[in-house]
Amino acid sequence: MPRVDEPSTAPQAPPLPDAGSAARQFLVGGRDQLPLLLGVIPFGLIFGALALQAGLTPVSAQAFSVLIFAGSAQFIAVGMLSSAPAGLVVATIFVVNLRHALYSASLSPHISHLPMRWKVPLAWLLTDEAFAVAALRYRQPEVRLAHWYTLGTGLTLWAAWQASTALGILLGARVPEAWGLEVALPLTFIALLILSIRDWPAVAAALCAGGAAVVLHGLPFRLGLISAAILGVAVGVVLQARRGRAASGSDGA
Amino acid sequence: MSVGGVWLVILGGMLVTFVTRFSFIGLLPAERLPPLLRSGLGFVAPAVLAAIIAPALLLPAGVLDLSLSNYQLLAGLAAMAIAVRFRNLWLTIAVGLAVFWMLSALGA
Repeated sequence: MPRVDEPSTAPQAPPLPDAGSAARQFLVGGRDQLPLLLGVIPFGLIFGALALQAGLTPVSAQAFSVLIFAGSAQFIAVGMLSSAPAGLVVATIFVVNLRHALYSASLSPHISHLPMRWKVPLAWLLTDEAFAVAALRYRQPEVRLAHWYTLGTGLTLWAAWQASTALGILLGARVPEAWGLEVALPLTFIALLILSIRDWPAVAAALCAGGAAVVLHGLPFRLGLISAAILGVAVGVVLQARRGRAASGSDGA
Repeated sequence: MSVGGVWLVILGGMLVTFVTRFSFIGLLPAERLPPLLRSGLGFVAPAVLAAIIAPALLLPAGVLDLSLSNYQLLAGLAAMAIAVRFRNLWLTIAVGLAVFWMLSALGA
């Protein structure tokens, strides 16, 4: 990527196209989340309808989305309600959401300078979709106001998840299953996956994680997902370190 | 499960989910991680996304399905090609959905 850095001679670098005001960052973050809503909204509709079928009241069904705000964990938890004790359901939610700790680690260096009043809401909004979009944003050279972008993208997803859950509760059994919209969610993740890959170690990380997730699919509590992800990250780290050594260590990636 | 049990699940689920999300941001900042672990942070997105996608495409009904009647897989491969070529979210999702619906219509 061409970068023009002329520190002392140029008077003042013109503002980068992605910089601008906090409000603008917030709005751009929201806009960049919009394509993902194609996958999230059908998922929320189905969750609302399913939660009622599982015997939840409309208020507690919506409370799952408002308070837990984690799509796949919500589905699994609602599916367990009739047969498992509360403690086991909560433990399952924890394990299914362990991947968020990886997102937390990955986002942490970018927001460590911010006060708690930023860290808590940004952590609260840290979903698959918000993380994947924000991670792309933090690769750009100008990141001073990127927390506004991250907030905008996270809140947009949160609002869409609440609205689609509510609509699913309203429509109940009338949510059509035949549209095949559940395929939209993996499609949005595919787009994000390809955009997140920049080099060969990342390709290897993705291939290993994907392969391991298929092999480990049968593990209980979705432990296959987090195990496969950690394996993929480890493969990426090893290959990157080798590459750094092969290049006699001067490019400092 | 009783009403109280359901609310126990909701509040407990809220707490444990927030703990996973807040963990490194608030409790153990990544600056304090050893450099080797830190160098892995850039691989989190590709690794987790691949681990979510691969089973969804290859095991749509819970068993490995590499046949031509696995429309999820075919739509996913089309989406991947579009994403690699055009690097555009809207286009990737639109083409993937279009392929899925077309195959479903033809196959049904």
